[in-house]
This record gives sequence, C-alpha cells and structure tokens, in this order.
Amino acid sequence: MTAAPARLLRRALHAPEADRANALPAGAWWLWALGLATAASRTTNPLLLGLLVAVAGYVVAARRTDAPWARSYGAFIKLGLFVVALRLVFSVFLGSQIPGTHTVFTLPELPLPDWAQGVRIGGRVTAEQLVFSLYDGMKLATLLICVGAANALANPARLLKSLPGALYEAGVAVVVAMTFAPNMVADVIRLRTARRLRGRPTGGVRAVAQIGLPVLEGALERSVAVAASMDARGYGRTAQVPAAVRHTTNVFTLGGLLGVCAGTYGLLAAQGAVYGLPLLLAGLVTAMAGLRLGGRRSVRTRYRPDRWGVRAWLVACSGAAVAAAMIWAGAVDPEALRPGVVPLTAPVLPLWPAAAVLIGLLPALVAPVPPSNRAADRPARRGKEQA
Amino acid sequence: MIRFERVSVRYEGAERPTLSGVDLTVPEGELVLLVGPSGVGKSTLLGTVSGLVPHFTGGLLSGRVTVDGRDTRTHKPRELADLVGTVGQDPLAHFVTDTVEDELAYGMESLGLAPDVMRRRVEETLDLLGLAELRDRPIATLSGGQQQRVAIGSVLTPHPKVLVLDEPTSALDPAAAEEVLAVLQRLVHDLGTTVLMAEHRLERVVQYADQVVLLPAPGASPVMGPPAEIMKVSPVRPPVAELGLLAGWDPLPLSVRDARRGAGGLRERLAGAAVPVRADVAPTSGPVPAPVPVVAAERSLPGRLARLLGRGPAAPVTPAAADPVTRVDGLGVRRGRVEALRRVTLTVAPGETVALMGRNGAGKSTLLGALVGMIEPTAGSVRVGGLAPARTDPRAMVRRVGLVPQEPRDLLYADTVAAECAAADRDAGAAEGTCRALVSELLPGVGDDTHPRDLSEGQRLALALALVLTGRPPLLLLDEPTRGLDYAAKARLVGVLRGLAAEGHAIVLATHDVELAAELAHRVVILADGEVVADGPTGQVVVSSPAFAPQTAKILAPQEWLTVSQVRGALEAGA
Repeated sequence: MTAAPARLLRRALHAPEADRANALPAGAWWLWALGLATAASRTTNPLLLGLLVAVAGYVVAARRTDAPWARSYGAFIKLGLFVVALRLVFSVFLGSQIPGTHTVFTLPELPLPDWAQGVRIGGRVTAEQLVFSLYDGMKLATLLICVGAANALANPARLLKSLPGALYEAGVAVVVAMTFAPNMVADVIRLRTARRLRGRPTGGVRAVAQIGLPVLEGALERSVAVAASMDARGYGRTAQVPAAVRHTTNVFTLGGLLGVCAGTYGLLAAQGAVYGLPLLLAGLVTAMAGLRLGGRRSVRTRYRPDRWGVRAWLVACSGAAVAAAMIWAGAVDPEALRPGVVPLTAPVLPLWPAAAVLIGLLPALVAPVPPSNRAADRPARRGKEQA
Repeated sequence: MIRFERVSVRYEGAERPTLSGVDLTVPEGELVLLVGPSGVGKSTLLGTVSGLVPHFTGGLLSGRVTVDGRDTRTHKPRELADLVGTVGQDPLAHFVTDTVEDELAYGMESLGLAPDVMRRRVEETLDLLGLAELRDRPIATLSGGQQQRVAIGSVLTPHPKVLVLDEPTSALDPAAAEEVLAVLQRLVHDLGTTVLMAEHRLERVVQYADQVVLLPAPGASPVMGPPAEIMKVSPVRPPVAELGLLAGWDPLPLSVRDARRGAGGLRERLAGAAVPVRADVAPTSGPVPAPVPVVAAERSLPGRLARLLGRGPAAPVTPAAADPVTRVDGLGVRRGRVEALRRVTLTVAPGETVALMGRNGAGKSTLLGALVGMIEPTAGSVRVGGLAPARTDPRAMVRRVGLVPQEPRDLLYADTVAAECAAADRDAGAAEGTCRALVSELLPGVGDDTHPRDLSEGQRLALALALVLTGRPPLLLLDEPTRGLDYAAKARLVGVLRGLAAEGHAIVLATHDVELAAELAHRVVILADGEVVADGPTGQVVVSSPAFAPQTAKILAPQEWLTVSQVRGALEAGA
C-alpha cells in the first residue's frame, strides 16, 4: 500500500523535459538566485561561499539551455574572479583598517601630505588583511555568480514580458536593445573577416577603426528597420480610455511614487522610522494600482504566459529557504558565519547552515530538463551511422 | 481592396518623385505582382500600402491610398496592423522577439487577441508553413529560408486582409520558394487574402499572379493587366515567356505546364539541331576550359583510410589542359559540433564556371569561405593558385581569389562610390579608374558621389562585384549574386561573367538561381548536408533534377536545351 503513493510521488517529482508549456517562469529562477545571493551576503565564511557557488554552478550545469544568454555564466565567473583579484590588489596597495601581526611583506610607502591623513599607499601588508579582503572579495564574487546563474537560467526577454501591461512598451524597448549587443558583435566579426576580401589585414587597430562606422551604421539601420516592423505590426496601439481614468492613473502613479520615496527616506533616516514603513507600503500599493489602471490603455494580450506551477514555487522557495536559514543562522551563531580574522583561525564548515545551503540544489531535481542536452547527441549519432 | 488615387511620392532632397501618377485598384482576393527594373520605386509603392511611407520613412505623399476604406493619411501603420501584413526584403530586420513561437504571436499580442485564439492560430500557422519542428528555436539559428517563412508566418497570424511582400523568395532555394508560394496561393484561394508582392524572380511567381502591375521606369506611371498581356510588353520577363515570344505562342504561356502543351512544334523544329555544348559560353579566346574529370565519386576508399595509407585521392587521369586554379581535397569544416562540410573534393580550371547548388544551409557559403580563406579547414586541404588561402596574407590573396559575399554591403566602407573605387584600385594595385570603369559597366547611371548605402540591393551588389573584380583575380567567387537583381542587371552580370571566363578567370558561384546556372555554368556541383552529391556538366546534372532544372529545360525535355538564347541560336541557324 505504501509503495504505490511513493511511486506516484516519485513520478510526479521526476523532472519532465522542458518545453514551452512547462517552462519555469523567469521570476522563479530570479527568486531562487536572489535567495542564494541574500544567503551569500550574510556570511564571509569561504567554505559556505564556496558551497553556494558550487550549488549555483551545479544547477546551471544541470538545467541551462544552449541559448545565447545561457552562455553568459562563464563571463560572470570570470567577473567574480576579477572582483576577488581587484579587492586583493586594493588591499595590498591601499592598506586596510584590519590590525594584524603577521607581516607578509612590506611595500615602500608613499609619503602623503597631512590633509590626506587616513589614506595610505604602500606599506606593511599583513596576512590578516589579505585574508579579510579575500573573504570580502569572495562574498562579492558569490553575489555576482548567483546573479549570473539567474541570467543563464532565465530568458531575460521572458522576464521583461512579465512586467505589468503599462510598462510593456518600455520592456520591449529594453528587449530590442538587448538583442543589439550580440548583433553588433556578430557584425564586427563578419566585417572583420570581410576585410580579407578587400585584401586588408583583419587584425589591428586600423581594422577596428575602419569597420567602426559601418558597424554603427548597420546597427542604426537595423534599429530603424525593427522599429518600422514593430510599427507595422501594431506596436503601441492604444485603447480609448475615459479621461477620468487617465487622470486617476496619473494621480495614483505619481502619488504612489512620492509615497515610496518619502517612505524610503523615512526608513533610512534616523528619526522617521515610525511613519516610514506605512508610508512606503501605502506608496507601493498606490503605485501598483496606478500601473494596473494604466494597463487599461494597452490593448495587448499575452501569448502563453509562463504559469506558476508547483515546480516554480519549489524553485523559488528553495532559494528563499536558503536565505531564511542563513539569516537565522547569522542570528543564532554569528561566529560560524564570520570566521575570525584577528587572530587568524582556519574557517570551519558549520554543519546546519551548510546543510541548509544544499536546499538550493532542489531546482536541479524538480526543474524541467532542457531538451537540447539530449537532442545534441542525436545528430552526432546519426552522423556515426552514416559513416 | 487597395486603391491608389493619383499617388506620387517624393523623398526629401530627391530631384524627381520616386513614384508619380499611380492610379490603381487592387481588387479583393487577388494576387497582384509588382514588376519592374531595379530602382523604379517598387518598395516605395509597397510601403505606401502599410502606411510606412510616408509615416515612417518621411517624404511627401500626394494623392490618396486607401486600404479597405481606411485612408493611410489618417491611419498610422500601427492602426493598419490588423489589416495589412508587411514583410520586407530582409527577414532578420523584421523580428522583434527571439523565438519562432513568440514571433508568430507578437502581432496578435499587439492587437489584443484572446489567448485561445492566439494559441490556435499559432498552431495553424506553424503547420501551414511547416515550422512546427522549429517552434522553440531561437530565430538567429535558423537558415535564410526558414527565417523568411517565419517572417511571413508572423504577419499571417493576425489574419490580415492584405499581405504586402517585398521579394519573398529571392533568398530561398527553389524548393523553399515553392513552399512559400504554395502558401501564398492557399491564402489567396482559401482565405481570400489580397496579396501585393514585388519579386524579381518572375519565373517563380508570375504563373501564380492574377494581375501584374508593371512599373516600366522610375517616375513612369504603372501599367496593370493580366500577366500574359503585361509580359509581352514588360522589359523584364521570365524564360518561359521569352521562349513563348520567340516561338510566337499565343496566348503567351506563363507556366511550364502551359508551355509544354504548345511546345510540340518547337521540339520538332529543334529535333534536328544539336544542342550546343555550351557553345554560347565557350571562350572565344584564351585557354579552352578542359573537361575536368569528376573526382567526387570516391566513396569506395574512405578519405581517412586513404590518408592513413599516405595516398591522396587518385589524381585525375587526364590532366587538365591548364593547371587547375583551385584544388580542394577531402575538405572538412566543423563548426562546434556541426560538420558543415565533409570530404569535399573539387577542382576548378581556368576559364571554367562552376555553379554550386543545394538547399539553404547545405554548405555552399562555407565552401566559398574556405576557398577565400575566411574559414580554416579542419580536414583536407585547399589550394588556390598554389597557396593555402587561410594561411596567406590577405593582400597577396586578393589578387588570386575574390569573393562577393551574400551581403555585399560588408565590402563597402567608404561614403561615396568614387572613394570606394579609389580604395579598391589601391587595395588591388590596379591602374586608376579600373574599378570605376567596371562600375559604369555594371551599374550605368550611378554618380560618383552617391553614398553606397543609398543604392538599392541590386546596385550595391554590382558595386561590390566591381570592387572585387578590380583585382582581376583568376578565381572569382560569388555568393548568391542574383539576389535582388532584375533581369537587365542579371543579363549585364552574365555578360560580364562570361567575358571574365573567356579571359581565363575561373568562376564559382553559389546560387539558387537555376536560370543563372543554366546560362553561365559549365559544370554544376550539388551539395547536400555538406557533401558533394553531384558534379558534372550543367546539362546532365540540371536536366535530370526536378528542382534545379531551368524552365527551358523543363519545357523542351527530353531535349537538353538549357536557355532561351541556345534555342534562339539554333532556330536562327536553322532558318
């Protein structure tokens, strides 16, 4: 009797092949990634950070497609490494406030005038200071890599499509703008190879300078052509809206935004904490209402919007759970999340927070599997048969 | 359905109006074909229907264009979007989203159709255009023909009453073009859609047209009538009509089927005459292109094994009269996982013209890229004039091989035609004025200070061809040279290329244009899936293939006549 429900459950959880109908909403991936990023921002423990990066990397490896945006993950990892290196370089040359006793080496110190007190260039470099900057840099890098994971897993165009109707046109403009960068890169490559055909070298500064103008011209022409196509296909059609609704929309949106600004100021300023939060919330609600009303002007409908199903909730909640667990761990046992730098101690892996981070692997189990991973083998196999 | 009332369009800064005195009515449910030489304002006329001219392009439109009663002066393009679907010349410039399915839905989303209606129509359109397998694919990864079908599909989904198409089949291989045209005909017949289309490749479309609008010259007022009537007076006409005029058939046939019915007499008259073995293109001076042995059929000994044994593919038994300009041995090119070319073996002798044919994406452009050195081979070898193109300095290569790419504007950097020509003379080390003379020959009537980007597609191609020809390379490669060319420009191109072949230039052209291949090529090489599947004299390869046979061959089969000029020559000789 117990075997049947277990099998049913397993079958239900078994990830299906991804297609348009069961695609996870871009928002779910972003919530998951932001959850991991929040967790990363709460700790400087290099082991936990490394675990977070590993979790994000594993999910990306298991669930990314071969779409162009999915290839950006590598770039984010490189960016993360660059951030760590930059943080270390700054720490070496500009010194640090961390008191330390283990001198690694001493750089010649640049004498600075009196008014530059507190600024130091060169001088003693301690192991504590290096370790501290390493931890700090790793934290930033992990944040970046988490954002990169969301970027690789979620189609940015689909994310913009889930904007409220009133913001739709701005969203399309952003999408079109985003497609320009890869197109321009492709143009540069094509034009550089085409230079060969005129008998000119393809490398060098002159090559880039000479094709610069054609590339820009090409981009401009393409944008005009896309604009013409969008116009001819009904972009920007509006519905007739009664004047009263229009005015209400304006009042709501503007009033709401003012409320948000005032509320945020109240929250951040020392005195206004009492009225800050309610004002912020009221402003948000009003602004949302304004946007909703504004959506009436837009006649457009949505084709197959992404559905928030069980899998989407699981993915989003797994990220949130990691964040919540880390925040809670930070409150209960701050020492474990922030390993001591002065005096230097080897970081230990706190068991429970580490286990919590592993919840972030859930998407690798429940999210639909992109079909390309399997389909990619097929032509190869067919090719073998032919040979 | 579409009414033009005394329409003329003048763009800012233009000396004379691009269009003038257009007074036409396009009836509902008809397929109307717009024909005329390059640069007579066909695209402008099409633009006035969707309202893009003048709302988007600027310029001054006088007169009135109404579509289904809506005046384009008061309705912006977006307010005509539910009525008029427009597909421009370049499908890539048309796309707003990034996947096929989203693109099909985009127009309907803008119009605010209900989700279930959108879903149904997307599925219908996917089937109608044979795109179902591509539905989730990013558009950027599709081939040209697929992109064109997606572009047409994306304007079909809102069920417009009027469809405006600017050269919808120019970039397509014959089979894909047939597909697109079949779809258009279905729309006209079953849904009563009114189609207004401009197309240079009349041999593909004229038989489907209910009416033809001829724009005879820039600024001249258009003539509208039944296709057979217009084809009699048109400066541009397909081979079937040409042959019909030559044989004096009445009514003028527009399709191969009609022509075959009346062709019995002509076949009899021609039965005695021997089919000239490329006599019309045989070089009058210079080295005679020797028959090059077919070396593609070497399946018996796999290339890899042969290489392992240290034996290359067997050398041609009868050495060509002249050294081959180009020798490709067992060429393989990989792009990531995809094998774009596999074991391609090919030789091209001086004075020989070879047409590369095959589906979109069969590897034609890749082969040309390898010959010119833009693509490095992953296996096998390429020798052009004894050099490996990919490893040779481009400055040395430019005088050995020249390629006119599919997108000719890639070659244009300067801002006037004169500057472009001067640069080409310098690059190739040619005498001053060489390039300009070529431009005048290919593109009569283009001023020195014209900006290359103001030229029409066909004019730009002619300019790029002139730039490449400046170096007088022994091997000339052309990628889809007739895309966007009218018959006059094509005839000039054919003349130039024949002249070059007669001087001993070897020419390789990748083309979908079977008529061009029939006119020019001594040999046809058909590629499929990156492999050479046929290589032989044009007559043999082309006549036996339903897709690649030119109209004249289809009409006069089983006789092996390829072009109207061959037939004309035989008739004149007989008379």
